[in-house]
Amino acid sequence: MRTIQQEKRVSLDGKRGIPIDSVWQHKHILDLDDFTPAEIELVMQTTDAMHEILSRPIKKVPALRGKSLVTLFYEPSTRTRSSFDLAAKNLSADVINLAASTSSVLKGECLVDTLETLEALGTDIIIMRHPHSGSPYVAARHVKAHIINAGDGWHAHPTQALLDLYTIRQHKSKFKDLKVTIIGDIKHSRVARSNIWGLTKMGARVKLCCPFTLLPMGLDKSHGNFPDIEVEPNIDRALKGADVAMALRLQLERQQSGLLPSLREYTKMYQLTEEKLAHAKDDVIVLHPGPVNEDIEISSSVVHGPRSLINQQVKNGVAVRMALLYLLSGGTH
Amino acid sequence: MTNSILINNGRIIDPSQKMDSIGSLLIVNGRIAWVGDNNDKLPASDYGILDAKGLIICPGFIDMHCHLRQPGFEEKETISSGSRAAAKGGFTTICCMPNTNPPLDSQGMIDYIKVTATNEGATRVLPIGCISRARAGKELVEMGELAEAGVIGFSDDGEPVKSSRLMRQAMEYSLAFGLPIIEHCEDTLLSENGQMNEGIIATKLGLCGIPNAAEENIVSRDIALAELTGARLHVAHVSTRGSVELLRRAKEKDLNITAEVTPHHLTLTEDRVINYDTNAKVNPPLRTEKDVETLIAALKEGVIDIIVTDHAPHTDNDKLCEFALAPFGMSVFETAISSLLKLVHQKQIDIKLLISKLTAEPAKIIGNNFGKLGTLTVGETADITILNPDIEWVVDVNRFVSKGKNNPLNGEKFKGKVMATIHNGKFTYRDDSIKPRAKV
Amino acid sequence: MGKNIIMNAADIRRTLARISHEIIEHNKSTQHLILVGMRTRGVPLANRLAANIEGFEGVSVPVGALDISLYRDDLPSLELQPVVKSTDIPVNIDNKAVVLVDDVLYTGRSTRAAMDALIDLGRPHSIQLAVLVDRGHRELPIRADYVGKNMPSSRHEEIQVRLKESDGTDEVAIIPTPTKEEQP
Repeated sequence: MRTIQQEKRVSLDGKRGIPIDSVWQHKHILDLDDFTPAEIELVMQTTDAMHEILSRPIKKVPALRGKSLVTLFYEPSTRTRSSFDLAAKNLSADVINLAASTSSVLKGECLVDTLETLEALGTDIIIMRHPHSGSPYVAARHVKAHIINAGDGWHAHPTQALLDLYTIRQHKSKFKDLKVTIIGDIKHSRVARSNIWGLTKMGARVKLCCPFTLLPMGLDKSHGNFPDIEVEPNIDRALKGADVAMALRLQLERQQSGLLPSLREYTKMYQLTEEKLAHAKDDVIVLHPGPVNEDIEISSSVVHGPRSLINQQVKNGVAVRMALLYLLSGGTH
Repeated sequence: MTNSILINNGRIIDPSQKMDSIGSLLIVNGRIAWVGDNNDKLPASDYGILDAKGLIICPGFIDMHCHLRQPGFEEKETISSGSRAAAKGGFTTICCMPNTNPPLDSQGMIDYIKVTATNEGATRVLPIGCISRARAGKELVEMGELAEAGVIGFSDDGEPVKSSRLMRQAMEYSLAFGLPIIEHCEDTLLSENGQMNEGIIATKLGLCGIPNAAEENIVSRDIALAELTGARLHVAHVSTRGSVELLRRAKEKDLNITAEVTPHHLTLTEDRVINYDTNAKVNPPLRTEKDVETLIAALKEGVIDIIVTDHAPHTDNDKLCEFALAPFGMSVFETAISSLLKLVHQKQIDIKLLISKLTAEPAKIIGNNFGKLGTLTVGETADITILNPDIEWVVDVNRFVSKGKNNPLNGEKFKGKVMATIHNGKFTYRDDSIKPRAKV
Repeated sequence: MGKNIIMNAADIRRTLARISHEIIEHNKSTQHLILVGMRTRGVPLANRLAANIEGFEGVSVPVGALDISLYRDDLPSLELQPVVKSTDIPVNIDNKAVVLVDDVLYTGRSTRAAMDALIDLGRPHSIQLAVLVDRGHRELPIRADYVGKNMPSSRHEEIQVRLKESDGTDEVAIIPTPTKEEQP
């Protein structure tokens, strides 16, 4: 006979309708630097529930009925935007997609004005992507709506990091002392930054691997403003004993701006290949935030190989974003 | 009441005369008529009295670096509003940078500033002329004419002179007039797209950094050119410990070099930018604790000669935007002295040194073309600042006289402020608590 | 004021045994039966009912767990958002006789939400409701098919069900909660 297990992971008390507010303290989701491990765990558990909904024939629940949500994207995006769109629709929210081009910003269309317009329209949640770091903070200071950062400049991409954490959690028993190697353009990567925060908060050990022209400054010393992480420019050594290997997308213009002598050399030295993965643990898993430049930062055999969870990341993205929308939409913050 | 006033019984600090004593000071007809500690010897008999017990009486402050935005950006500041804000900050002489629109690159523009300042200004306003025409970095301005029109020096501030050759020519040509070349030292290739100090905070915030080397590179180049040409070089807003090192070595060689630092680079660090506070976005950027310590030491040592505000007002709308799109600059006039007094209270610098860096030292650099500045010498123009070093107050940018409310210190509690400012013998600022009374 | 225990472990065991018999009797066969516990305490109750049925009939009945947080009609106005947990139903519910299991039936709003949630999962042949305690005060036209104990209560009282699996002990208690006027 099949028995339903009591939830093992729940550290909260088991009463029905326990308020999330005992753990959840966020009005906005701007970055993971201000998340507690308990909050991240709550997101993971809530994502479990959303995951189940995605496996149903009717992937829709009424939780966000009557809420209106705007995706405000100042940068092109396919997967993040459609992921949020789908997540919101699965929860029965009304979604408006606004594509604001950066050129209109430069023409004098001011961010704060746009936000105030959205507020006047009665928007409950604004999902924002912006090429300039910190822009969601400007938004959070000036409107009453909940702000979710869907990527700002080089700064943060918290929902991507949470879906990465969720994907790792599906395959590894615990985060504590998990060895995660992030390879690629760290300097310009909001995905890397948010993952560094999220992973280190959960107790994982993060190693960065890239040419020093793609490494941001000041990581070499310990300080309160950023997690302590290790840097190893040699990919073989960086992957040694790794449980998780995460390759980052290389923007091809980095070569043109002189940060790399040639793509050929970058590919040779930093491409994640089967051969280099041999240095990692046997059960290493491979992540990539997408979109992938196949055979640049990662070989196509790894992308399509058995260790790759890239498609699973995309699927988990919808569930994580449903969880976050649910967690944000309630309560009187 | 006549146009005579006795500032009675205060602590008179005048570094130009190495004076620090309790005494009184009499102003008659806009000039300092008498300074002493025995009021029986007063030369006049009919005067108002300002009781200065517990207050510091010092020469009016001189700011060799500010932006008054007129003409061209009157929504940010005007000569009138800027000079009144300066007066509230204790300044009686301010030198305005030429990055206006049109820029101050011709005699006509210099005349315009001087006439407007005379008619509307609350302080003496001494313009700084451009180095290159239209600040374009291509050809020199007519330095001879500008010198004649009354500039105190030349600068393309906001931008460095990128061409080393043009910089050499500017230095050589300026030699004939004895005026300094004031350089905004920034290697713009190294600072390209930079928003704040390069380091861990920039890394955390995902903002493009400006390395110390961007400043030091040009400081180094300009020192070499000053050595080559023998010209006067004045290094604007020094912000890094490396620049201090370069300046120290240059001064050991007795080159004709002076340097300035701002109150914010002496008191604030890059941490201020956390939360993307655009009001803390300045160029050069706020640096680290280490740089701040070195700058304070350099000030004491004399490697850095003077303190300037680099008052750079902007409108609320200019700053209410994405960090990368916000302009650099801080509205500094009305918090400068209080920030600096904090260093005095922390016993990091001496009050006499502080006053000297705001009076006697900048007066030396400006010279005597505009009268004797920065002194309480009897017979000279009565430009006087009266400070209460101990009064507590809280910064409220909405009460700024400056049009620019862009100051990250809003809400900060300070000890010490300007109680009154006197320019040409007249009050240009007076705290509500300061009321001269008639002699009984 | 203390709590008043209205069912002890033995009472609960006997009651669940009776309900198990009633379910078997009512449904004639256990072939198309599925028990779905409403989180949190409906789940262990459903497990116990299934164990009883297996004991009586020798047939294993599938058990599922249903989380209704996302279907609550008070979500938008709720001050405190509930933690949402997984729904876990092991078999397709199409054409099945689903017995919803909950600890306490009160306003009926949870049951309404549970029925909506079930219907999103498939098209059951029928939905029945089994509760350990029915305390009255219905706000919707809903009644239980199997009731452990009818317990008329005041709105100022709390019915507290504690189960070994979640709380370490088996008991049902009635606890007076202070009304607004009584609060200090």
